[in-house]
Amino acid sequence: MQKIGVFVCHCGTNIAGTVDVKAVAEALSHEPGVVFAADYPYMCSESGQNLIKDAIREHGLTGVVICSCSPRMHETTFRKAAASAGLNSYMVEIANIREQCSWIHKDMKTATEKAVILGRAAIAKVALNTPLTASETPVTKRALVIGGGIAGIQTALDIADAGFEVDIVEKEPTIGGKMAQIDKTFPTLDCAACILTPKMVDCAQNEKIHIYAYSEVESVKGFVGNFTVGIKKKARYVDETKCTGCGLCTEKCPMKKTPNLFNLGLDTRSAIYIPFAQAVPKVATIDADYCNMLKNGRCGVCSKVCTAGAIDYHQQDEHIEEKYGAIVVATGFNPIKLDNFDEYAYAQSPDVVTSLELERLMNAAGPNGGTLLRPSDKTHPHTIVFVQCVGSRDTSGCGKPYCSKICCMYTAKHAMLIRDKYPDTEVYVFYIDVRTPGKNFDEFYRRAVEEYGVHYIKGMVGKVMPQKNGKLLVRASDLLAGEQLKIEADMVVLAAAIEPDKTARSLATMLTASMDTNDFFTEAHPKLRPVESPTAGIFLSGVCQGPKDIPETVAQASAAAAKVIGLLVKDKLKSNPCIAHANETLCNGCSSCERVCPYGAITYVDKEFRMPDRTTKIRRVASVNAAVCQGCGACTVACPSGAMDLSGFSNQQIMAEVDAICR
Amino acid sequence: MPISEFKPKIVAFCCNWCSYAGADLAGTNRLNYPADVKIIRVPCSCRVNPIFILRAFQRGADGVILCGCHPGDCHYTTGNYYTRRRMTLLFSMLDYLGIEKERTRVEWVSAAEGAKFAAVMQDFVKTVTELGENKRLEDRRCKKP
Ligand SMILES: Cc1cc2nc3c(=O)[nH]c(=O)nc-3n(C[C@H](O)[C@H](O)[C@H](O)COP(=O)(O)OP(=O)(O)OC[C@H]3O[C@@H](n4cnc5c(N)ncnc54)[C@H](O)[C@@H]3O)c2cc1C
Ligand code: SF4
Ligand code: SF4
Ligand code: FES
Repeated sequence: MQKIGVFVCHCGTNIAGTVDVKAVAEALSHEPGVVFAADYPYMCSESGQNLIKDAIREHGLTGVVICSCSPRMHETTFRKAAASAGLNSYMVEIANIREQCSWIHKDMKTATEKAVILGRAAIAKVALNTPLTASETPVTKRALVIGGGIAGIQTALDIADAGFEVDIVEKEPTIGGKMAQIDKTFPTLDCAACILTPKMVDCAQNEKIHIYAYSEVESVKGFVGNFTVGIKKKARYVDETKCTGCGLCTEKCPMKKTPNLFNLGLDTRSAIYIPFAQAVPKVATIDADYCNMLKNGRCGVCSKVCTAGAIDYHQQDEHIEEKYGAIVVATGFNPIKLDNFDEYAYAQSPDVVTSLELERLMNAAGPNGGTLLRPSDKTHPHTIVFVQCVGSRDTSGCGKPYCSKICCMYTAKHAMLIRDKYPDTEVYVFYIDVRTPGKNFDEFYRRAVEEYGVHYIKGMVGKVMPQKNGKLLVRASDLLAGEQLKIEADMVVLAAAIEPDKTARSLATMLTASMDTNDFFTEAHPKLRPVESPTAGIFLSGVCQGPKDIPETVAQASAAAAKVIGLLVKDKLKSNPCIAHANETLCNGCSSCERVCPYGAITYVDKEFRMPDRTTKIRRVASVNAAVCQGCGACTVACPSGAMDLSGFSNQQIMAEVDAICR
Repeated sequence: MPISEFKPKIVAFCCNWCSYAGADLAGTNRLNYPADVKIIRVPCSCRVNPIFILRAFQRGADGVILCGCHPGDCHYTTGNYYTRRRMTLLFSMLDYLGIEKERTRVEWVSAAEGAKFAAVMQDFVKTVTELGENKRLEDRRCKKP
């Protein structure tokens, strides 16, 4: 005999404002199997939970239906409450009458009717629920961090600090990310390298941290606590264990015309290179596209000069497999390509640069040793125009619809640094809005205007035209004065929008972690679970989740580390018991289910069956590996015999819901 | 029955990871769509057996919509590819049986697309309302007296 209890939550006025909760409880109390129905202001509160527990004990309930907010909010809360009153936690179903009813309907009558139907469906389902117990799987006590920017570095350091092993996979030859490229950092103006490189060295020296630089993730299998990850170590043609990072090879290499990617192509370097002086690991890499030896088999200079014998022209990509309990994504960002913004003459004139290029031009380790010179003729610029929001907040389709968040602040920084070092240089900033919400941010921007005399003009730059005399004619509008302006500039700096790294999309597919329409990774909950991906065991750190500056990146990085540590300290994880199982009597061993299972969870076993004529027969039947099955249900639909079913979402349960809704 | 009074019965299957969350987001943002839509949560769009859809029509549903993650984004990697293939077949078969193609639909709605969810549901309800009641597969014997 079913004894079902129904609990209707008011959620303050969130539900009760549009749904007549008393009427819902009353209507549902007449449903078959229902022996108890009540309403309460906040079911999730302690007293609300006690109401549920008491009713379970008092009426010996066999199933519980809570009409409340989304199960994504409080399913676990109510399951725990049921379990503490002695009812199996999977005997609880939730009717979502807030997100999918009271919040979207205005009319009381309509919303109440719908709430009753949703409640009815949940009752019909719970009547067919079966008690389930989660099995336990061990946790691999090692974490993987993908991306070695400041986000990945901070996360790895924090995890290692708690005593767990961490691997960093970085696709570039060195860790450091964008922060290694920038010069000074807002809002304090301390030098980026001075605060970053000690952390990079800490990573290299920490015995719990292993850095796979110049490597990529190739495959991800498994699930929370038990991931198996394939890593490709790309051939750098230098034996990492032998190279001492002395740099002699880079001096002697004759292929000096190789674009220096670390300086964003603003100058050149040799074909064998170490990206920058403080690179970690400090190991040389050969750029195969430019090395004469690798391309034509002629040269071999570096191998002759290397006293450590580290050069290996025959090195191959290496494929490694490692096991991890948790994975942190920290793949960061890049400025967008400016192909869609012809009006700023970025492709035509070398004196039109992006802000990141400006960072290199101003950096003491950059192409001009820190003296700001025009890229075209290496002269001192007297007038510089900054253009904000190039491709940010752009709904035209050319750029990105979102605000890149960091540009207002770094432009204020650039303007200030330039005015400080070169007081004879006039600086104009064209902006749509100046957005400086952050600790000491607005003060920082005001200093640029008030103390450093930077000309901030609210308005848009229409066109940048390179002139015969080498100047750039900037046509713009001043919206506040209502004037058209023409400025003869020596340099134009574009605050290009930032976007997630291009490799993030394929990584998301491998990790089955979801992304938003802009390819930023989605968090499990925008407010309450900001550093976890909806996929268990995958965590998010840094700009891969959304635009942010360094302080925010570091905060999120440490938060992600805390979540990872919380996972790795557990010895065992409870796994989801809503998994597939085959009815052996019905299964004919056809393999249809095995072919669709994305996890390879289905194997076959030979079973002995008693036949009606008292003989026995051995048949091959499907068997689901409970630790591997993730409960997608693909197999249940593929099965032609109707033998495969999914616990918690069985054919019977779903059809009961359909029936209840259509009644 | 005049069209204005006709309230279609619509069953919406939503996968737990994207579309159900998208529907939640529509709610959080207070985006209205008709109350005729009733959502059934499934782990993945590939959990939806064609039988469930036939059952809905048999029990008098006027439209059935199936929502999953965008292709490539399925939480279980490939589930929605199965869905896409299975539903293409099923919907043509239903069409052959006289259940207009417009009464069935597959949509990809991500967890971030609350606005899309509401828009899809408004549009679907409008389409089904215009088609009117569906009697083709309805089994009257299933109705309670
Ligand atoms: C011009 C400019 C100036 C700035 N100035 C400031 C400032 O003054 N103050 C401030 O607070 N912030 C500033 N910022 C913002 C700052 O750069 C970022 O907040 C910070 O770099 C974010 O760190 P991250 O680790 O998330 O990303 P990143 O620095 O982009 O690091 C990501 C790392 O992951 C690696 N990676 C990417 N994909 C993969 C993959 N598939 N596999 C392996 N590795 C991968 C990348 O190679 C990179 O090393 C500035 C940004 C710009 C563009
Ligand atoms: S439900 Fe079936 S197809 Fe999905 S993971 Fe489990 S066994 Fe594989
Ligand atoms: S698809 Fe069904 S019948 Fe075929 S092997 Fe799997 S469970 Fe058995
Ligand atoms: S989980 Fe959404 S379609 Fe598979």
